[in-house]
Amino acid sequence: MFTKLKRATGQLALAAALGLGLTSAASAVELTMYYPVAVGGALTKIVDGLVADFEKENPDIKVNAIYAGNYNDARIKALAALKSGEPAQTSVMFSIDIYELIEQGAIIAFDDVVKTADEKKWLQSFYPALMENGKTQGKTWGIPFQRSTIVMYYNKDAFRAAGLDPESPPATWDEMVALGKKLTKKSGNTVDQWGAMIPSTGYPYWMFGALAMQNGQTLMNGEGNMTYFDAPATVEALQFWKDLGNKHGIMPSGTIEWGTLRQNFLEGRTAIMWHSTGNLTTVKKKAKFDFGVAMLPANKRRGTPTGGGNFYLFKKSSPEEQAASLKLIRFLTQPSRTAEWSMKTGYLGTRPDAYATPELKQYVKDFPPAAVARDQLEFATAELSTYQTGRVRKLLDDAIQSVLTGSKSPAEALGGAQKKADRLLKRYR
Amino acid sequence: MSRRLSQSHIYGWLLLMPAVIFLIAFTYYPTVATLAKSFFSQGTALKPAEFVGLENFQYMLEDDIFWKVARNNVVYAIGTIPISIALAILMAVWVNGRLPLKSLARMSYFTPTILPMIAVANIWLFFYTPDIGLLDQVSAKFGFAGHNWLGDPDTVLGCIIVITIWKEAGFFMIFYLAALQTLPPELEEAARIEGASRWYYFRRVMFPLLMPTTLFVLINAMINSFKLVDQLFILTKGGPDNASSLLLYYIYEVAFSFLDQAYASTLTVVLLVTLALIAIGQFVFLDKKVHYQ
Amino acid sequence: MRPANQHQKFVVHLETAAAWLLAFLWILPLIYAFWSAFHPPEYATKFELFAPLSLENFREAWSQAPFARYFLNTFILVTTILIAQFILCTLAAYAFARFEFPGKSIAFALVLMQLMIMPEVLIVENYVTMSKLNLVDTITGIGLPYMASAFGIFLLRQTFKTIPKDLEDAAKVEGCSPLQILWKVYVPLARPTYVAYGLVSVSYHWNNFLWPLVITNSVNTRPMTVGLAIFGAPESGVDWSIITAGTLLAVAPLLVAFLLFQRQFVQSFMHAGIK
Repeated sequence: MFTKLKRATGQLALAAALGLGLTSAASAVELTMYYPVAVGGALTKIVDGLVADFEKENPDIKVNAIYAGNYNDARIKALAALKSGEPAQTSVMFSIDIYELIEQGAIIAFDDVVKTADEKKWLQSFYPALMENGKTQGKTWGIPFQRSTIVMYYNKDAFRAAGLDPESPPATWDEMVALGKKLTKKSGNTVDQWGAMIPSTGYPYWMFGALAMQNGQTLMNGEGNMTYFDAPATVEALQFWKDLGNKHGIMPSGTIEWGTLRQNFLEGRTAIMWHSTGNLTTVKKKAKFDFGVAMLPANKRRGTPTGGGNFYLFKKSSPEEQAASLKLIRFLTQPSRTAEWSMKTGYLGTRPDAYATPELKQYVKDFPPAAVARDQLEFATAELSTYQTGRVRKLLDDAIQSVLTGSKSPAEALGGAQKKADRLLKRYR
Repeated sequence: MSRRLSQSHIYGWLLLMPAVIFLIAFTYYPTVATLAKSFFSQGTALKPAEFVGLENFQYMLEDDIFWKVARNNVVYAIGTIPISIALAILMAVWVNGRLPLKSLARMSYFTPTILPMIAVANIWLFFYTPDIGLLDQVSAKFGFAGHNWLGDPDTVLGCIIVITIWKEAGFFMIFYLAALQTLPPELEEAARIEGASRWYYFRRVMFPLLMPTTLFVLINAMINSFKLVDQLFILTKGGPDNASSLLLYYIYEVAFSFLDQAYASTLTVVLLVTLALIAIGQFVFLDKKVHYQ
Repeated sequence: MRPANQHQKFVVHLETAAAWLLAFLWILPLIYAFWSAFHPPEYATKFELFAPLSLENFREAWSQAPFARYFLNTFILVTTILIAQFILCTLAAYAFARFEFPGKSIAFALVLMQLMIMPEVLIVENYVTMSKLNLVDTITGIGLPYMASAFGIFLLRQTFKTIPKDLEDAAKVEGCSPLQILWKVYVPLARPTYVAYGLVSVSYHWNNFLWPLVITNSVNTRPMTVGLAIFGAPESGVDWSIITAGTLLAVAPLLVAFLLFQRQFVQSFMHAGIK
């Protein structure tokens, strides 16, 4: 009698366990993802479309993709969500937020989630220059998604009007100054067309990263605890930036507004502009003149920082959610989707095999400027990123602006910034 | 008798209770908590917060961005308050008087008040844009070269002040309008009969009678000069090099961009103390005027 | 004062001109917004009189941000706040106006202090509080710090105090409880104050920006002001025509309401100021 009872209980227990197991497998995993839009409005529709495709292929995963504003907003929102008990499982955030996120204990490394050989191969399939900002302590924390470099847009019609060869944009600093002088047109006291514009509000440290690299100097080390603001080559680069406006007169002196730069270029107020490749699609649509895109000019070498957003995995998530997030990220970074994303936005294709897809191959053939940023990756470096990154960035931003507006000399401003940065970063060494 | 009194006590407190709970939760508790937090360091996941006494305040005194921001706030207050009050009186007098099309004028003056600052900031961004912006287009017609209004540390705060005056003057005008309409018209008649000039009438009769309104508006304007930082988010983000940053904006930056809540609390304490001093000033002055019983 | 001579006439004309010039300057930003929003992007900075009109900007702006949702959020927000304010402030004002209890003057002084210490100043700590209450990114979370409005309490207290006591005594004779007296006598007679305060409150909270920015994260709760700020600040750069179109969409309800009810608006603010 007891054995019968035991067997029945056993069968019941087994059935219950199976039932539970079945129900947990059938219930959907729900993911929340924040993403910033960096190139103006309609992108949210593209993201929604991609997410819908993913959900169709994976009916057991539901994704809430939440548009969070710009990079700063996205970081603030994602971190706030973490603290508030409604955490996100993954998000696209600034590639340079990595140290901050690690310090807040917010993210986990992809190496800890990636299991199969396929997944490991995927981890290695991106451009190395783009991975630089996502790696520290020997692990990978960020996967490239919407990445960019700075490129030089130039007005070919303006070149022709100035008697210059529209297919030879400046390749060195000296050439840029010389050509800039020819391109700067005045009528009386007012300048109708400037030679060049490099924006110094918004993300001045990013633009400056290019100038420094072109002078052979990186701005920080790979561990996030040291900056090189007062290195001689850095000071030289800032002096060059200032001279463009003050000495050579090819750029307005003072600060140049990030937000209105593209408008200025499209209206012919400047013949050359340094801006993110993320603007490419918009410029292509709206330019009423013949324009070209080129790599930034070299001094000691070519150089540009990379920019843009990476995918991160948040720590506050269950193993199922982490696996689901990984699936989502892999889906969105497949070569064909990366290619689609790149064509629709102007962002870089983040992996070599994206450029091998027939769509992107054809697109690049029809529109060569789309390849400039990719080719420039060879000379690219990581974007400024350290612990306490918000504060450190602001120190550099303030220093750059104080020099461009004439309040301080480059040596003074950068020296002060370096001292303050050292104080902030000392305890991480 | 005592039973009725205690019933009054109970009713009084019960009626007051809901509001008091909200006030404590969202005004008084946060004030005290902010003060408390300013004595602790900022905790992270790797290192929890610890008591550090006055260290945050010392950091603040050494922080030259703080001094810049404090100075900016003072300049901002001095720049916006007298001019917007003066304009408000002027507008009220005009609209109250015999100006033709005065309701159109009144609508014009008051419109900035009902528009959200964040909405109009973008429009002002266009005004101030160098070369292609409205200001430069107009000044070009007079032969002036373009100027980088928002990018020049010497002019940027002035530009922000102009926007604030534009937004506030119409709002204050309303209060003066209300006061003007309580002035007996015989006063004006009497002054004219005596042969007094309009300026004399204004200085010796009208302005003193408007004093209570002026004090009220003054307090409002002072509070707003600390509170109104919306336009910075669109126009300058505090730049260039903090030339247009204001205390509340800096607090937002420190708390939500740098994630340093301890230091943000320290800065908030300064703001609270300043506001408290203004409040005390208000009580001392306005108590003389018969408004509160 | 009638201008008795040429000089005075001239001065009057000068003043009129100055007043109109000021009015023109004051409305100029709005005029620009209309210009830029209704013309194609090429004309955003060029002011040619016969430039073609276009509604394309509005279509673009509408598709780029969920304005409808933002409107809904703002509407829910201001309504919730207003209702809560009416209830809380009425009760508190009644207590201050008609009851005696120990600690009354201290409580009143503390209420007045809140006029100075507005929620904007306490964003850091209130955010932490909302976090603990799990109200981050909710419309309630935006509204809570504003619901006990010192201004409202003060205004209503003044109004209640002016209501003659005989009305209350009459109601007491009929056997009404204090709450019934409040509902039957005081509230109806204070209607103008409620209308005035309502308009002031709605205007204020419709346009409020900083605290909603801090506390909201997603489209479902974001009010119009925050939505506009995000909409107007993409990393790549501004597009005047679309931004002004979006701005006009956002302020349209307020503008229309203001144009239709101009006198009430003005009267309300005036009424609120005469205290």
